[in-house]
Amino acid sequence: MNELRRLIIKGSMAAGTLGVAVGAGLLVPTSVLAAWPDKAFAEKKMEDALSMLLGSGEMTESGDIKIKAPEIAENGAVVPVTVSADMAGVESITIAAPNNPSPLVASFDLADGAHGYASTRIKMGKSGDVIAVVKADGKLYTAKKGVKVTIGGCGG
Amino acid sequence: MATIKIRAKEKDGVTTVKALMTHPMESGFRKDSKSGGMVPAHFIQEVVCEVNGKMVMNAHWSGGVSKNPYISFKFDGGKGETLKLTWTDNKGKSDSTEAAIG
Repeated sequence: MNELRRLIIKGSMAAGTLGVAVGAGLLVPTSVLAAWPDKAFAEKKMEDALSMLLGSGEMTESGDIKIKAPEIAENGAVVPVTVSADMAGVESITIAAPNNPSPLVASFDLADGAHGYASTRIKMGKSGDVIAVVKADGKLYTAKKGVKVTIGGCGG
Repeated sequence: MATIKIRAKEKDGVTTVKALMTHPMESGFRKDSKSGGMVPAHFIQEVVCEVNGKMVMNAHWSGGVSKNPYISFKFDGGKGETLKLTWTDNKGKSDSTEAAIG
């Protein structure tokens, strides 16, 4: 039987069951995590999506951000992208593809101790730039890399 | 069904996590060739990694992340600890796995 149910049934006569459950790590407060930014993801223009997600449209181009992505992607449905940000105090890394129907693709919130590094595989509808925006010490930095796509990744 | 494969290795004080998840990641923009309509959106929205109950990384995704998504990230420390990776999709489904950091 599921641990949580056992605990609640066992403790149903006793007071403070929920307190015990939280202490045992079985109830994690989901309000602690940032909610999924649905409005930002729904924006059709990349600038609007980024500004809605990050709270500002002001960003500085930075050579401290390295984007590793193929020059030519054979399959637009699977384009590997790795972003490395060398500056101090990296709080988040955001990846966008302006030519996609939904330009905001992924955002990684990094806690203290997490490095400025994120790697994933994204879909690209057609050839274009992959944009990385890094939030570090409250400021926004950006870099881009052009990727040619031979077969579009949005099912076309 | 286990939908997460994960590797977490610590070296020189830094843990590198690589995970591969099984998920259709339908963006909602793809046409269904049989019915002519759009395949409904069904994709992972949140990926959370916790070490000792403390959040290390929280990713927000759109359907623009590839099918059977891959993720990799790094953080200080972690040697001998356990990490937990959880994903939640736009239909409210979720899965989670724990791994010892080697």
